[in-house]
Amino acid sequence: MTEPRKPAPVTPVLTKTWLSPRSWTLDTYTKLEGYTALPKALKASPEQLVQLVKDSGLRGRGGAGFPAGVKWSFMPPNEDKPHYLVINADEGEPGTCKDIPLMMADPHSLIEGCVIASYAMRAHHCFIYVRGEALHCIRRLNAAVREAYQAGYLGKNILDSGFDLDIVVHPGAGAYICGEETALLDSLEGRRGQPRLKPPFPAAAGLYAAPTTVNNVETIASVPFIVNGGSDWFREMGTEKSPGPKIYSISGHVEKPGQYEAPLGTTLRDLLELAGGMKDGIPLKFWTPGGSSTPMFTAEHLDVPLDFEGAAEAGSMLGTTAVQVFNETVSVPWAVMKWTQFYKHESCGKCTPCREGTYWLTQILERMVAGNGTEADIDTLLDVCDNVLGRSFCALGDGAVSPITSGIQYFRDEFLALCDKQKAAPALAGAQA
Amino acid sequence: MTAVQEPKKLEVPEGHVTLVIDDVEVVAPKGELIIRTAERLGIVIPRFCDHPLLDPAGACRQCLVEVEMGGRPMPKPQASCTMTVADGMVVRTQRTSKVADKAQQGVMELLLINHPLDCPICDKGGECPLQNQALAHGRADSRFVDVKRTFPKPINVSTQVLLDRERCVLCQRCTRFSAQIAGDPFIELLERGADQQVGTEATSEITALNKTSEGKEFASYFSGNTIQICPVGALTSAQYRFRSRPFDLVSTPSVCEHCSSGCAERTDWRRGKVQRKLAGNDPEVNEEWICDKGRFAFRYATAADRITRPLVRDKATGELVESSWTEALRMAADGLATARDAKGAGVLTGGRLTVEDAYAYAKFARIALRTNDIDFRARAHSDEELSFLASSVVGTTPENGVTFTAIENAPAVLTVAFEPEEEAPIVFLRLRKAARKNNTAVFHIGQWTTTSVTKTSASLLACQPGGEAAAIEGLATHAPDVVEALRKNGAVIVFGERAAQVPGLFSALTKLSAETGAKLAWIPRRAGERGALEAGALPTLLPGGHPVTDAAARAEIERAWGVDEGTLPAEPGRDTSAILAAASNGKLSGLVVGGVDPNDLPDPALAREALETLSGNGFIVSLELRRSAVHDYAHVVLPIAPSVEKAGSYLNWEGRRREFGTTLEGTGALPDGRVLDTLAVEMDVDLFTQTPASAAGDFARLPSVNDSSANGSRPSMLEVPAAQVPSSLGGPSALLATWRQLLDNGSMQDDEPALAGTARPVVARVSESTARALGLNGTATVSTARGSITLPVVHADLPDGVVWLPADSGDSTVRATLGAGHGDIVTLARGEAS
Ligand SMILES: Cc1cc2nc3c(=O)[nH]c(=O)nc-3n(C[C@H](O)[C@H](O)[C@H](O)COP(=O)(O)O)c2cc1C
Ligand code: SF4
Ligand code: FES
Repeated sequence: MTEPRKPAPVTPVLTKTWLSPRSWTLDTYTKLEGYTALPKALKASPEQLVQLVKDSGLRGRGGAGFPAGVKWSFMPPNEDKPHYLVINADEGEPGTCKDIPLMMADPHSLIEGCVIASYAMRAHHCFIYVRGEALHCIRRLNAAVREAYQAGYLGKNILDSGFDLDIVVHPGAGAYICGEETALLDSLEGRRGQPRLKPPFPAAAGLYAAPTTVNNVETIASVPFIVNGGSDWFREMGTEKSPGPKIYSISGHVEKPGQYEAPLGTTLRDLLELAGGMKDGIPLKFWTPGGSSTPMFTAEHLDVPLDFEGAAEAGSMLGTTAVQVFNETVSVPWAVMKWTQFYKHESCGKCTPCREGTYWLTQILERMVAGNGTEADIDTLLDVCDNVLGRSFCALGDGAVSPITSGIQYFRDEFLALCDKQKAAPALAGAQA
Repeated sequence: MTAVQEPKKLEVPEGHVTLVIDDVEVVAPKGELIIRTAERLGIVIPRFCDHPLLDPAGACRQCLVEVEMGGRPMPKPQASCTMTVADGMVVRTQRTSKVADKAQQGVMELLLINHPLDCPICDKGGECPLQNQALAHGRADSRFVDVKRTFPKPINVSTQVLLDRERCVLCQRCTRFSAQIAGDPFIELLERGADQQVGTEATSEITALNKTSEGKEFASYFSGNTIQICPVGALTSAQYRFRSRPFDLVSTPSVCEHCSSGCAERTDWRRGKVQRKLAGNDPEVNEEWICDKGRFAFRYATAADRITRPLVRDKATGELVESSWTEALRMAADGLATARDAKGAGVLTGGRLTVEDAYAYAKFARIALRTNDIDFRARAHSDEELSFLASSVVGTTPENGVTFTAIENAPAVLTVAFEPEEEAPIVFLRLRKAARKNNTAVFHIGQWTTTSVTKTSASLLACQPGGEAAAIEGLATHAPDVVEALRKNGAVIVFGERAAQVPGLFSALTKLSAETGAKLAWIPRRAGERGALEAGALPTLLPGGHPVTDAAARAEIERAWGVDEGTLPAEPGRDTSAILAAASNGKLSGLVVGGVDPNDLPDPALAREALETLSGNGFIVSLELRRSAVHDYAHVVLPIAPSVEKAGSYLNWEGRRREFGTTLEGTGALPDGRVLDTLAVEMDVDLFTQTPASAAGDFARLPSVNDSSANGSRPSMLEVPAAQVPSSLGGPSALLATWRQLLDNGSMQDDEPALAGTARPVVARVSESTARALGLNGTATVSTARGSITLPVVHADLPDGVVWLPADSGDSTVRATLGAGHGDIVTLARGEAS
């Protein structure tokens, strides 16, 4: 075993302005070094910016952790077709609460990042696709976009650079699948949100079949800081392969749930400290490192470094760093059932494994939680999960089975306990208790 | 030491890759989908959403296989219907991979958890891909013990397509067909997750937000294809639902008898009755699609007014009475011989004959009636058209003329006086495919933005009805880009039967083709026209296409037919209108009619007068399937067989021979050729057309204009100046634009209420400003001295002062009621309040 890596002291980057008065206004933002990266970026060439982001090692904050600079470099060097930058602000992963707070507290860092990223990718249109329920956030973003236009940070000939950019804030209509980047593009085009076949990848044929890059809010909001601080500075934070700061959203049974910025690689033990420890001192039972689509951890995993590699080595994923903490009062099968109901409700229906699998898994879990499960149901659960994982069209299906397989892996006894009644006097399957 | 045989190295042609599937090395063209390559090796990977003519979806996940690239196995099984082959790829299907096999079994089990077990009452049972593949690749029992998803049964997607949603496996074949192939998104996926379902605007809960059919007319001419490609029994046909089981049916390959596309079909029948028709697979012609008319319109052949016994007019009562064949043929022969020897007898064949039957009529006219008074054109026609057919169409074949494939590959296509979706739906599908897949530039000279225009992404070049010839002549000035596009190698100009109503159009097109090099394609509406042209059912052409004035050709044919030199009349005969005119003023004494409806002719009154006159003072023999418009005037009515009860061939518009055998044997019904053969014998003449095969053999021995060894050449094209159309008529006068709709009052669509339900609404179309100027709100009345038609008004982007009417739909019977046609002047006024 390697020594658990100690987090560097927390020096807020992304969240540093959040507590300033009226932090969301252009006024506050510019007072706190806002829009100082943009002029620098506009003096560089697009290629230099792509290289800078590559060098910084910035990885996508939307869940998959794809290197942002590499993704940007897929955009064609010519402008035969219009290029688009699309910001994924759908923030649908259960437990995730970082993008909306970021846009509420500091929308201009996102907008500044959008201008820089658009310039680097030769895009003149940028869409911010915001989760439809986040009305307040949409209003605030719109206000910030207006301010930025007025100040000349958006529109024609930005800061006399000759570069033009328009930003459109677009509300979604409340479907988890619309956070999946290709479904998001369909939704943005006005269709039912369902994932698209890849290839072609968005960089070749994305929005309106034109070259498109989709990035998460936090990914793009990190860009101005990289431009200002340089890639070496950025790499001082976090770990070798997962550099930089990260906003962990901690929810559940902790004293002070909220957004905590920390370098990638921070452990739950440290995060719990920041969040004031377990609520009422009731011990930790299980938790998700990155939302419900990432297999759950238990108290054994308190010292797993929460970066892309650390989470994966321990059998889960970093996901969106949505840390959901559950104490000993919570039944795992019940929590798993609730999560599975969510996936059943949100499955887009396109592919068989996810559509039918979540439908079936939900019924089994509901039956088990109602006390009408049998031991065979546990095997069926696992086998159906096996038939969904890696068989579905997009990653929603994979995520849907994570709670079930990891829940049974760590807490099989709890599932078995639910079957006791059936052992004594088996009822007909499906019968209510 | 024994020499080890070197394994033979596979040849890898340019643009190909080598891969291994289930341990077999195979060469495949780049871009081929794994599922197809495997299929070529005989390895069938189960699938639902995959369809070779639809864009890949990867939705059902039934076709998963294991793939290794560059020695590295991919972490997840891959959908073989979406992944293309690559050099060095190693694929393991269910036959060699446990992972692939389990993945497939898993997906199959998941598909079945919500599928009802109603196979015994399902139309698809016995020919069901789900049933078959579940047996081959599924588990024997299900572990699913919970509650299945159900839906109220069934919903009407249209009058002819029903949907049982609980059977649907959501493969999206139907919705993709509608959106991609037909361009009619009349069905769509609605809702999400396990609630996802195929539906229509009407079944959607959030209709306003979730518009299907783009909120437009809710009908498709191709919806039947969705039933055929549905891999389960979710989509069924109102006509066939619960009628039969597939294993009780006999399937006979057939050819569609409706339009000139000549689609390959499969006719399924049982106990002497046709139960359904399906699209056959002919990549050169209809691919795997047919239109709904071709699929659903077949019960006309068993309609109550079908004639099965010969009828003769009773001298005493003047009524038609049943008779023996002997008596009827005797009477017909006597009557026709008398007429011939008086002022002569003419032949109107109609446009729906097989080549063999048309040939029999042509030969009968020449040697039994000794006349060239024969015409297949039971519709508006012109000398200019005749001249064009003789100079540019007859004798062309797929080898030297335009084909479906040529349209698909054309850089540019100009359509004029032709409404592809209404007149030749399969041409429309190809044109749409060309525009969608090959970026073909489509131009349409017509009056308004019809569905044929929008769905082929065409540019409309609007002109007055009747002004098409002038529009063609003006292209170089007004639309030089079109002329430029037509100069590209492979460009095509397509036109249809309406061209005969526009003086100068054939001349203008001939010139345009000569100038640009674009090839001309004449696409008639009826299935038999192209064949009748070849068979010589025209006043100026001999069978084989030589002019009747060509003495050498006549002599050769006389020799082949074994008739005396000089038997064949040397003077061109009369065309349909002239035949009828001659009959009505006593210059013709007899008529043999194979199919003519006065209401299809430019002057229905003249036609009626002619029939009236001959019924009094002449002699009419009518060959009929069902009671026709000629019936009441005929002296002898001879029953003939519908296409299902005979063999033969059509020539489709490409000039491609579409041969078919008899589907329903032994019904006793005789093809026209056989009836004419016997009739000729009564007149002491031998036609040698007793059977379609003998007719075809006899025909094949004649010289063809196409074959270079034959002497004589094609006549040159008559030059007709372009018709000038008044630019503005003003007042209540308007120009009439009109053409037939695919689904209309046509008698071959009788007895098909479900089909009729998807016909386009019967409306008059005018421009918004014309409607305003004339105060047409609600309804409009279009009238001539003969009569008037009142219809609801719909606005369209027509030129001002133009009204469009469907030619023969519902109450809109333009020829019959108005005696007018495309390009004629009519009076347009606000409809009488009704
Ligand atoms: C079901 C599903 C939901 C997703 N939801 C989101 C989301 O709400 N926000 C987000 O940024 N990425 C989401 N993603 C990930 C995106 O597909 C995509 O990877 C990401 O937006 C790329 O941005 P990044 O490279 O900056 O991380 C989702 C993925 C899946 C499969
Ligand atoms: S896994 Fe399949 S059904 Fe689920 S959301 Fe993705 S495409 Fe839709
Ligand atoms: S056939 Fe391949 S996913 Fe449906």
